[in-house]
Amino acid sequence: MPELIKIRKGLDISIVGAAEKIVVRQETLGSCALKPTDFVGLTPRLIVAEGDSVQAGTPLFCDKADEQILFTSPVSGTITAITRGERRAIMEVVVTPDGSNDYVDFGSADPLSLTREQIVAKLLQSGAWPYLRQRPFGTVANPAQPPKAIVISGFDTAPLAPDYDLLLHGRGEDFQAGLDAISRLTDGPTYLCLNPKMNLSGVFRNSKNVEIKHFTGKHPAGNVGTQINRLCPINKGETVWFANPQDVATIGHLFNTGRYFPEKIVAFCGQSVKTPRYYRVLAGFDIASVAESQVADPNARFISGNVLTGSNIGRGGHLGFYDNMVTVIPEGDDYEFMGWLAPGLKKFSFSHTFLSGILNTLNIKKEYEVNTNIHGGQRALVQTGKFEQVFPFDIYPMQLLKACIIGDIEQMEALGIYEVEPEDFALCEFIDVSKTDMQQIIRNALETLRKEC
Amino acid sequence: MSRLRNFIDKIKPNFEKGGRFAKLHSTFDAFETFAYTPKTVTASGSHIRDAVDLKRTMIVVVMALVPALLFGMWNVGFQHFRTLDPSLSPAQNLWGNFWYGFLKVLPIIIVSYVTGLAIEFTFAQIRGHEVNEGFLATGLLIPLVLPVTIPLWQVAVATAFAVIIGKEAFGGTGMNFVNPALLARAFLFFAYPSSMSGNSVWVSEPADALTGATPLSSVTTGQCSASLADMFWGFVPGSIGETCVPAILLGALLLLVTGVASWRIMAAVLAGAIGTSLMFNAIGGSPMAELPFYYHLVMGGFAFGCVFMATDPVTAAQTNIGKWIYGFLIGFLVILIRVKNSAYPEGMMLAILLMNVFAPLIDYIVVWFNIRKRIRRAAIK
Repeated sequence: MPELIKIRKGLDISIVGAAEKIVVRQETLGSCALKPTDFVGLTPRLIVAEGDSVQAGTPLFCDKADEQILFTSPVSGTITAITRGERRAIMEVVVTPDGSNDYVDFGSADPLSLTREQIVAKLLQSGAWPYLRQRPFGTVANPAQPPKAIVISGFDTAPLAPDYDLLLHGRGEDFQAGLDAISRLTDGPTYLCLNPKMNLSGVFRNSKNVEIKHFTGKHPAGNVGTQINRLCPINKGETVWFANPQDVATIGHLFNTGRYFPEKIVAFCGQSVKTPRYYRVLAGFDIASVAESQVADPNARFISGNVLTGSNIGRGGHLGFYDNMVTVIPEGDDYEFMGWLAPGLKKFSFSHTFLSGILNTLNIKKEYEVNTNIHGGQRALVQTGKFEQVFPFDIYPMQLLKACIIGDIEQMEALGIYEVEPEDFALCEFIDVSKTDMQQIIRNALETLRKEC
Repeated sequence: MSRLRNFIDKIKPNFEKGGRFAKLHSTFDAFETFAYTPKTVTASGSHIRDAVDLKRTMIVVVMALVPALLFGMWNVGFQHFRTLDPSLSPAQNLWGNFWYGFLKVLPIIIVSYVTGLAIEFTFAQIRGHEVNEGFLATGLLIPLVLPVTIPLWQVAVATAFAVIIGKEAFGGTGMNFVNPALLARAFLFFAYPSSMSGNSVWVSEPADALTGATPLSSVTTGQCSASLADMFWGFVPGSIGETCVPAILLGALLLLVTGVASWRIMAAVLAGAIGTSLMFNAIGGSPMAELPFYYHLVMGGFAFGCVFMATDPVTAAQTNIGKWIYGFLIGFLVILIRVKNSAYPEGMMLAILLMNVFAPLIDYIVVWFNIRKRIRRAAIK
């Protein structure tokens, strides 16, 4: 049995709208988009222009800072739009599929017989490299600096999180090939973190060439940040890489077939979705076609990712590069009379000032309806000792947060800023009575540090 | 309900920027958000947020104070009438006692809230912030730690001092380093000692001037003036809210169940006080030193301070280990002051204020150990 690490702090937020375990193949394939904004700190340089026709695997843009990092088209078709935002920053490069199955052939190979350089080259060339990210900073991994370890989390504990066993169903060979390739990229260990209660599939359990570690506990036990903190905490100057299991399978598929084919299964869930289910789609797919038939509420928020860390993409948006779920919940933009007075059985709270919070502590599970209202107003940080209950790091969250707010770099480093990402603060942000936008504060601090180095 | 909403929406533009009453925007906002939870939605980070907010948290503190407040009102009447008729038992004249005390205490509460909130609203307006709910609790804590005979103008001056110098000067609720309610009490104690100490201030309109000594000060002169049971139930003179231990325990129960106050601090204060008084029992030498620990727990401001004052999250230590140290030292100091400073045996206020000042240092040391661990880990590699 692999070593079992129990995460004792955390919070499971159980909300209405979990996806039924049925996979639907989306017939009407809309456009696919690659969004430079999905990649932390990326300044893209465009390679294609509107109207160009591309194959699956044709580069669309590259990283200006390191031009060998390519971002390639998920599908063959035509570039129909290049959307720009403020100061002409590229927001989206949209490819409309032409229905053919044209792809660039990168050549199949057994990763175990290749050198590290050959694997890196193939990943960079095919556009699969960006699936590897690094901590600190959450940027695309730097191919020139091998990490001290690679961590892959095989389960997700976030609200309405998809079942990873289902996502990887039938992809055992691809997943193993992906692990083989990735594990060659570091001289250190490659960890596959599983939950013995959630990962029952042989795809995960029989994985080879990696060190399997078992984790149990509440959210964020499934976050890679929590796992890194337990397995190989990051010191200044070190990096640890991580990747999502589905993306590992995409990498494996590249080695097995020579084809970059980022097909994945995505949970389409949340309270505003009529029948929450799983969909088999291409990376960056246009959610409008599913939204049209599934979401009636005109005042809903479409989140690529989970409700704690995802991004608001709107009804016609495209799935984020790293996301494997879309959550749709109602906006909460209405007043509530004496909202602070209700006994609080219907509204979810971690705090025991609501009955729901007491029930939650007593382990009486109930699914709650949620919306995007912040339930209060921003205040100075007043309460203490609460963040520690949902923050399973050996770090003082409030002290670190305050160091970030005042921009004290030395203090941030001393308190462990390199070990965290905004998503690690998502639960603290959720339970905060003072409604501080913590993820933004942490991201800004990390960006300051990244530019300093 | 929608009629109220319509009314608010109708008058709202007057309070927005450029409106006739724009200078009252913070005040309007405070009342509007009191009636209706705002419709603000999340713009960054987590898309959903916990239903709890600071209003809810502070309301719980106010609710926790209600038993002590109601008992305090009754006790003000009871102490008064008992000087007229020493044989009066607590069971007699229940409503008469309460009504008398109610009329005495209510003006103090009103003065405290009006003064404090006026200052809070003004500062929020100047800063362009929303009004922080911290004063909801402070405004009730101040009357409860004062003697009932306090002149109202002194309540106003002390409240203003505590809110301006103790809180707003440092940036408002969340930024202050001493407990504002205790600061108000300390201010009065040092500025107007004749209103705050001695034997004549604790009973309202006594028939004779000699009966009003608190049990705590009576011990220093030799014999405790009240039975343990009377002190536990609170049938003794003292500050308005501090005498009745069961009422305070009811509040403590609410604070602990809701998790609003830290159980670590309460437990540590208790442990510190018990440990220290046992130590003095062993040393002996004066009536106060020989007093059993359970007397200390029910006398004076100990219970009230332990439950409501030491646990103020802003001015207490913020790390969990720090809370243990902070609480233990408060318990230690209270007993030390009571035993060694017979001129002023009520040590709770000073012990908490002193530890408020040291709380950041305690946290600094606790956090430093965490930092050192990180440095060592990096050095091993």
